[in-house]
Amino acid sequence: MLEIENLHAKVEGSEILHGIDLRINAGEVHAIMGPNGSGKSTLAKILAGREGYDVTAGKVLFEGQDLLAMTPEDRARAGVFLGFQYPVEIPGVSNMYFLKTALNEIRKYRGLPELDAMDFLVLAREKMKLVDMDEDLMNRAVNEGFSGGEIKRNEVFQMAVLEPRLAVLDETDSGLDIDALKTVARGINAMRRDDRAMLLITHYQRLLNHVVPDKVHVMIDGQVVRSGGKEFALELEEKGYGWLEETEKARA
Amino acid sequence: MTETSAGRNTFLEEYSSFEKSDGFRRHAWLRPLREAALSSFKRLGFPTTRNEEWRHTNVAPIANSSFRLPAFDFDRHKVPELANFTFSETECCQLIFINGIFSQELSSAKCLPRGGRMKSLAAALETEKEIVAPWLASLASHEHNAFTALNTAFLSDGAFVYLPPGTVLSEVLHLVFVSTTNGHAIACHPRNLIVIGDRCQAGIVESYAGLDGGRYLTNAVTEIVLGSGAQLDHYKLQRESEEAFHMATLQVLQDRDSHFTSHSISLGGTLTRNDANVVMNAEGAECHLNGLYATRGRQHIDNHTCIDHARPHCDSRELYKGILDDRSSAVFNGRIIVRKDAQKSNAKQTNRNLLLSEEAVVNAKPQLEIFADDVKCTHGATIGHLDEEELFYTRSRGIGLEAARTLLTYAFASDILNSLKFKPIQCQIDLVLLSRLSRSRSS
Ligand SMILES: Nc1ncnc2c1ncn2[C@@H]1O[C@H](COP(=O)(O)OP(=O)(O)O)[C@@H](O)[C@H]1O
Ligand SMILES: [Mg+2]
Repeated sequence: MLEIENLHAKVEGSEILHGIDLRINAGEVHAIMGPNGSGKSTLAKILAGREGYDVTAGKVLFEGQDLLAMTPEDRARAGVFLGFQYPVEIPGVSNMYFLKTALNEIRKYRGLPELDAMDFLVLAREKMKLVDMDEDLMNRAVNEGFSGGEIKRNEVFQMAVLEPRLAVLDETDSGLDIDALKTVARGINAMRRDDRAMLLITHYQRLLNHVVPDKVHVMIDGQVVRSGGKEFALELEEKGYGWLEETEKARA
Repeated sequence: MTETSAGRNTFLEEYSSFEKSDGFRRHAWLRPLREAALSSFKRLGFPTTRNEEWRHTNVAPIANSSFRLPAFDFDRHKVPELANFTFSETECCQLIFINGIFSQELSSAKCLPRGGRMKSLAAALETEKEIVAPWLASLASHEHNAFTALNTAFLSDGAFVYLPPGTVLSEVLHLVFVSTTNGHAIACHPRNLIVIGDRCQAGIVESYAGLDGGRYLTNAVTEIVLGSGAQLDHYKLQRESEEAFHMATLQVLQDRDSHFTSHSISLGGTLTRNDANVVMNAEGAECHLNGLYATRGRQHIDNHTCIDHARPHCDSRELYKGILDDRSSAVFNGRIIVRKDAQKSNAKQTNRNLLLSEEAVVNAKPQLEIFADDVKCTHGATIGHLDEEELFYTRSRGIGLEAARTLLTYAFASDILNSLKFKPIQCQIDLVLLSRLSRSRSS
């Protein structure tokens, strides 16, 4: 479903990603772990189409299409979803209106009829249950004044409504207490399907106790330095990233 | 100062014919006022950009034009277009003025509660002299503002509203001023007097609109007196034609514990200047001034506001927002005066501007003149573009670039729009804004 090949990218002149290779098949859940500043969010934002990153080499194919040639909105319509590490507040736009507009744009693109306000509400209520989201939040401005936990729930809730083919979740676990983490994990697990792929980006291993990945990759300094199965995450939890960083340096 | 210009000469000529008209003679008692105002105009002349108050607003296009007083020549075929600027009769009582002249036929002034009056000023000058005379021209001075001077010199019609103490209106009063030029460059000088008694509660909308394009000048003055404990929601909706000039002064005098809320929405015209001046003249008064201006093409909109905390314990809140596209420009000048003895004054002023193009220009200036020491005054002005992060987030959810820009631009104005308690007015503005936003994006 997603093939990343030798991806190099610069921000403001300096290279952040130094050749990323990653292949995710439909039905798989992959995790990318790594220390802060290693380029995980950069990769996520490049996949979603954020401007300001200069891809200097490599390519990204999503279901065989050249993802990097597409606008952010077309990527979303084709089925790519990014759960942001730091979602912005959008004052003046209600969460409900925002998501209904988004869903209808995606449905239009897929040749499906648009949902009216009532049908949307029915759907939204059902998906809200997945992440125990308070209906109150639907009538507030997007992310405005949301607590850390509410923001992350809202990201997972949006994913559940938009039903992407590929979900990239950037630190969806950070800043959550254990109950909220379990709730969010439950929402993510409910979204696992044979025809959907997920890429979980996380700094800590704890989310992976609840959402068990098929593969775990470690990213350090803009490169995937090691990949393994689900046990690898536990090993990392035990040993930290230090030893990998050392081997990296030794290799360089 | 007294340079001659085509505009000045035309206005003086027009005054000579006005003097000979029936309308002038009918209200002979106004002659000294009109003449004093005319000499103010002669003395002041049109302001130039050398005048600090007019630094960023060049009225030379008005000074160099020859605008004539209009005749009443309303084409009945235009009635359907009029509906774009009116509200349904179930929602309000409406006075309609065509080219500044009252139209009984088109208006729907139902009975106000006992003792209330809502009629043309022309009629009130004859029948309500005891209420009109003490207030008319007592608030808006013609001595310092050439446009107010012209308006006063040509004073003959407009709206008159009087609410006796304790009146609570359930319906909004709508004053509609439409211009229809038939190809003539006309000048209208609507003059409104609104006298709200103690403890009244009311909502009044002033709409200014062009029915059929064309170059014309609307030069309006509204004077409002608010009795003690009275509450007034005032709305001004400016939707003049693209080539029109709109000059307007709103002058408000507030008594003890009165609440005045103003919503000033400016969307039309090629050149607009609004002066909104509020004097809180007794303790406990409160005023809220909200403004929204949206410009495109080469439009220019200037909002000068002045809030005078003349007495202690008064609060003012001001929020003006601008959305500027293309090569348009805007001015916000927010003056706040806190007089020497006006302790415990509380004033907050905010001006925010959203630029949709690189060529649009805003001049924003707070002007605080504080002579008391125990006061709370804050002000802030911002000028910015749509937030890249918000745009990206919106697009990343599948909403296209143009739709995302429209959504976020509309959201920028949402707090002003949501503060409009009279919802039909919000619907009208929504229509204009949304069609404009989507059109400017697709062109
Ligand atoms: N817009 C930007 N401008 C400059 N440097 C950036 C920008 N975005 C990211 N970086 C740099 O790129 C590196 C990787 O950042 P990021 O992708 O956020 O890492 P991670 O998500 O793994 O913590 C960091 O050194 C960061 O400072
Ligand atoms: Mg990150």
